[in-house]
Amino acid sequence: MDLGSISPALLIASLMVASTPLLLAALGELVVERAGVLNLGVEGMMIVGAICGFATAVETGSPPLGFLAGAAGAALLSLVFAVLTQVFLANQVATGLALTLFGLGLSSLIGQGYVGIKPPGTGRLDLGPLADIPFLGRAVFSHDWMVYLSLALTVVIAWTLARTRAGLKLRAVGENHDAAHALGLHVVLTRFAAIAFGGAMAGLGGAYLSLVRVPQWTEGMTAGAGWIALAIVVFASWRAGRVLLGAYLFGGVTVLQLNLQAVGVALPVEYLSMSPYVVTILVLVIMSARRARGTAAPASLGKAFHATH
Amino acid sequence: MTPLLKIDGLTKTYPGVVANDDVSLSIAPGEVHALLGENGAGKSTLVKTIFGLNQPDKGRMEMDGTPYAPSSPEDARVAGVGMVFQHFSLFEALDVAENVALGMSDPPPMRDLSQRIETVSRDYGLPLKPGQIVGDLSAGERQRVEIVRCLLGNPRLLIMDEPTSVLTPQEVDLLFKTLRQLRDEGTSILYISHKLEEIRALCDTATILRGGKVVATCTPSEESAGRMAELMVGRRLDVPARAGTVRPETLLQIDRLSVPAASEFGTALKEVSLTLKAGEVLGIGGVAGNGQDELVATLAGETRSPADTIFLERRDISRLGPEQRRVRGLLTAPEERLGHAAAPDLSLTENGLLSAATSQGLARRGFVDWRAARRFAESVIERFDVRTPGPGTVARALSGGNLQKFVIGREIAQDPLVLVVNQPTWGVDAAAAATIRQALLDLAGEGSGVIVISQDLDELMQISDRFAALTEGRLSPFRPAAGLTVEEIGLMLGGAHDMEPAHAH
Repeated sequence: MDLGSISPALLIASLMVASTPLLLAALGELVVERAGVLNLGVEGMMIVGAICGFATAVETGSPPLGFLAGAAGAALLSLVFAVLTQVFLANQVATGLALTLFGLGLSSLIGQGYVGIKPPGTGRLDLGPLADIPFLGRAVFSHDWMVYLSLALTVVIAWTLARTRAGLKLRAVGENHDAAHALGLHVVLTRFAAIAFGGAMAGLGGAYLSLVRVPQWTEGMTAGAGWIALAIVVFASWRAGRVLLGAYLFGGVTVLQLNLQAVGVALPVEYLSMSPYVVTILVLVIMSARRARGTAAPASLGKAFHATH
Repeated sequence: MTPLLKIDGLTKTYPGVVANDDVSLSIAPGEVHALLGENGAGKSTLVKTIFGLNQPDKGRMEMDGTPYAPSSPEDARVAGVGMVFQHFSLFEALDVAENVALGMSDPPPMRDLSQRIETVSRDYGLPLKPGQIVGDLSAGERQRVEIVRCLLGNPRLLIMDEPTSVLTPQEVDLLFKTLRQLRDEGTSILYISHKLEEIRALCDTATILRGGKVVATCTPSEESAGRMAELMVGRRLDVPARAGTVRPETLLQIDRLSVPAASEFGTALKEVSLTLKAGEVLGIGGVAGNGQDELVATLAGETRSPADTIFLERRDISRLGPEQRRVRGLLTAPEERLGHAAAPDLSLTENGLLSAATSQGLARRGFVDWRAARRFAESVIERFDVRTPGPGTVARALSGGNLQKFVIGREIAQDPLVLVVNQPTWGVDAAAAATIRQALLDLAGEGSGVIVISQDLDELMQISDRFAALTEGRLSPFRPAAGLTVEEIGLMLGGAHDMEPAHAH
């Protein structure tokens, strides 16, 4: 065993790549849940995004088009959820679970011809002299543009929710949809938009998996990432900054334990494999327990809204 | 003078009911106009139409002589109409400034808004801090948030939907001061209530609605409260009549009952003793939060008390659970209608079943007899005049007064030996309150014992044989209700019974 063989710069670099799909999907679900909708179909939307993105990138040879198609495909799927839960007032939990099952099946169907193909590579973003900084250059400044986009989106979402009128309206709809309606806000429209946005973000996360992280297409390749994203949103107590922390923590421990396995640490593999889950949950639980107030779930989360007279 | 708002022949129909039937009224600038009516008379529907939350089927409205047909609250706000809702339309997790911003069409940046909130709240005597989270505020403070939200839009017409139903008397005084100041500045106010004394104190004109129709327009200060109540209800309101007499046998006895507080916000019961005879109505007064809920919970069996403290017909029931007490004839109706007395999303049939399954034989060998359960619910609905489409309606769909009639009626219909009710007529309109009070007296007339816990002293004086005050968990000695003066009651409520020896000369 030689812990010295683990390079910290490489560790951080692969941590960022491993965390990006989770971060994207969790940010999307954060917005959905802040609008008062519980969409358990993240896993299904991610994998549909993964195959749509993969197929498009392979056919067109353009990764950006692939990411766009991944987002669009998953957003389209999420609209099925939106119509069922917001128009026909179907139960959100059941519909979300069904969406996951449907997404898994649909992606296998679309993906039949794409097994074993390599997608076109997503290029690194050239950050010029930044990439030449010792250690930091290799760890932080030599990634593809999606990594930086996901970080930028974290800031944009946090800022939009906290500071803009649109964000305030979205939070209001999630807190008390009856009061929001009484004030003349468009509850159903807001939720449709939030659900579609959440779908697009999950699709981006999925496409990142199939185009960058793995990169190839296999059935069921999301392997529970959507569920982790859902859990991160809850344990991050619905705050964008903590979602980033949770996603990077989970990604980080995942990468670390893989490295530890590789150098042969004298711990059973099962313990190492479960460590990302345990560590992420522990840290976020401790953080959310410390500040009991202001961390509560959106009050209308998961409740059906029907405008009565 | 052109009226500020003129409503002409407004009609609105919902499936099964005509909520507003050819309603006309007009409000002058700077007028405080009362809209008076029982629950379900169509007041809320009318103001929602004025505020653009629903569209009328027929009729027209005019503002300053020009046609006014708002299709959304946004339109109404632009036209100068503001509304303070009965159930506050606030967001508990957001702070005061954010809540205010959500109710404005075109809010200024947050920093300016905070300043304007502070200015307005100071000018109108409505102390508020913009940064406070609304979830931490009292009912009165929440209402201030709503009022400030409206005032920032400089409304010419302010609609207040039953604003005092959740306020303490001090908060009501403060509110009236603010409303009078607004009126003096030329703002018209449409004030909805069924509290007649308030309307007489505050309003210039009153429009009385009954069954969706305007039945009268009057000047409240020139009418008696009794006359307006008659117009509102459509018949004379009888003072409840006593029938039976108190008999000597003791039904319920509480002997030096002490129960520690269940939570840090609860009140401990301290050495509470009472004796309830057959045919007697005991009234227990006092401001809520002085042990009322705890006393009801202890009598219901939700909270267990030490052995040998509560006796029903001389048998110790202190350690029995709620169901065993029900079987023995001790029934209770708690204060909180939705969530405590009734399960909000269950039908009336199911809610009836929950309480009466054993006593009415609605379940046999573990199976529910649905036909009998429905019959039981139907009988309660008919006997207590509960206005609802039928026993299949869920509890939360009923108005407060109607649900109250059902949950109290459900217990009375089981012919209890002893019935304990907490705030039986809270938030209930005059006619329903009279029905409930009469039913309680009739029950006592048949030889049952009734304990009424209430904040409404007039109610207690009207129906109880003996009266005591519950203050900080202590119960004063009972005194005959007949002949008690207001001063004596005030002393009892003030907890003066503790100091009586010290005052004795």
